[in-house]
Amino acid sequence: MDFDLKTVSVRDLNQALHDMDETTTGEVTVLNPDGCHALACGIDAPINVNIKGHAGYYCSGMNKQARVTIYGNVGVGVAENMMSGTVRVKGNASQSAGATAHGGILVIEGDAAARCGVSLKGADIVVKGSIGHMSAFMAQAGRIVVCGDAGADLGDSLYEARIYVKGKVASLGSDCVAKEMCNEHLAELKGLLEVAGADADPAAFTRYGSARELYNFKIDKSSAY
Amino acid sequence: MCGIVGLYLKNPDLESSLGALFAPMLVAMSDRGPDSAGFAIYGNEVDRGRIKVTCMHEDAAHDWDGIARELQVSFESNVSVSRNANAAVLRLAAEADEVRGFFAENHPDVSVMSVGRSIEILKETGLPEAIAERFKLPDMTGSHIIGHTRMATESAVTTEGSHPFSTGLDLCLVHNGSLSNHNRLRENLKREGIQFETDNDSEVAAGYLEWRLREGDSLEDALEHALEHLDGFFTFAIGTRRGFAVLRDPIACKPAVLAETDDYVAMASEYRALAGLPRIQNARLWEPEPGKVYTWGRNAG
Repeated sequence: MDFDLKTVSVRDLNQALHDMDETTTGEVTVLNPDGCHALACGIDAPINVNIKGHAGYYCSGMNKQARVTIYGNVGVGVAENMMSGTVRVKGNASQSAGATAHGGILVIEGDAAARCGVSLKGADIVVKGSIGHMSAFMAQAGRIVVCGDAGADLGDSLYEARIYVKGKVASLGSDCVAKEMCNEHLAELKGLLEVAGADADPAAFTRYGSARELYNFKIDKSSAY
Repeated sequence: MCGIVGLYLKNPDLESSLGALFAPMLVAMSDRGPDSAGFAIYGNEVDRGRIKVTCMHEDAAHDWDGIARELQVSFESNVSVSRNANAAVLRLAAEADEVRGFFAENHPDVSVMSVGRSIEILKETGLPEAIAERFKLPDMTGSHIIGHTRMATESAVTTEGSHPFSTGLDLCLVHNGSLSNHNRLRENLKREGIQFETDNDSEVAAGYLEWRLREGDSLEDALEHALEHLDGFFTFAIGTRRGFAVLRDPIACKPAVLAETDDYVAMASEYRALAGLPRIQNARLWEPEPGKVYTWGRNAG
């Protein structure tokens, strides 16, 4: 099924996708996306969606089950609040990629800008390039894998999300610390890299997580809050 | 919100279609700024010693020829006039400050939008599409252009409060964001002799750059200093007679996309505005990094 956005509105595209359910399978191709916002949002069907070009804000937001591939760059908030399924960006992502996502996996083959995985709630994010500043801010659960570098203040006020970075980290945010890579971490990282199709050695990554010092209010640490 | 767009041509063959390439970029950002719109176009430069003064008056039938005759007598210079809707571009040999003084004294009802050898600023309240149409933007020619679609936050919806802002010769700025320290900075800059027409925060940023350039900074240095002294959220696109620059604050909440080919450099708040440019599929496309100065320019002449 093809939707050419030169002739079909985004609203009509999304309505057609919302009309699909558990029983719907197959391929949907979106042509001439030209940076439109809210493409392929709120899908709840096991379909493949191929967006042939650059997408705008909130692409594939709230995705369930679907496997969405964007053959280009995406704007702010790709796969925000995703529940399950796969979103793969062939190019770069703007800020807040995968924000508050609960489940599924977001793969970004290029770079992601600032605030990648902000308030992540259980999804996995694999970025083959680098990520911007304030990424994983207040991330609660899930895993973020970065094959390149991370910008300033990584993992500030982190809860229980796990972060793996292969390259340099400009600086760590409050309460984010480097942690030991145990066998279980090497195994889960290997699995994530395989799913994402990223060719990298798990042993070359450093794991970062919460020092759990900000969980409860401590008067001695008030300056860090 | 607000939308900002810029197009800087590297290939002179495209200069005859600058307005036609740019108008759809401005219109594409209507959702981000439906209150007012404007643009600063650079081109059709006048000779050294002469200046272009772009003026507007609320009456589309204003007597610009009469004003030209007065200028001719006052400045002992031949004056040419081109009208465009309720705006006019007057070309003459004079100093910018003296011409601004002439209008303030003799024609306070005329708004001076820009002064320089190359720049022309046209802006108005209303939807971007209506403004592009009114000033016949698609027919305009030049080397580079920056534009703005405004959703007002810091000051009133008026022509004067619309962008681009220009305080110095051939210098202009468009801004998406809001500055927190503009009142204090405006007072400091006034003491340095920079003049302001409005209470708008973005005009302060334009005035700040004018001051730095006057103090001898290069455009790059002026923007590095801006990172230190401007407090708030901003994505700026800046035009000078021969240059074009983009800067985002270090927090980088306000969006920006850059595209570069052998023919042009284009900047926009969102990719949507760039989607119709020639061979955009082959452009190098990236999000400008926070706190990093990007400039392009021709050799000064």
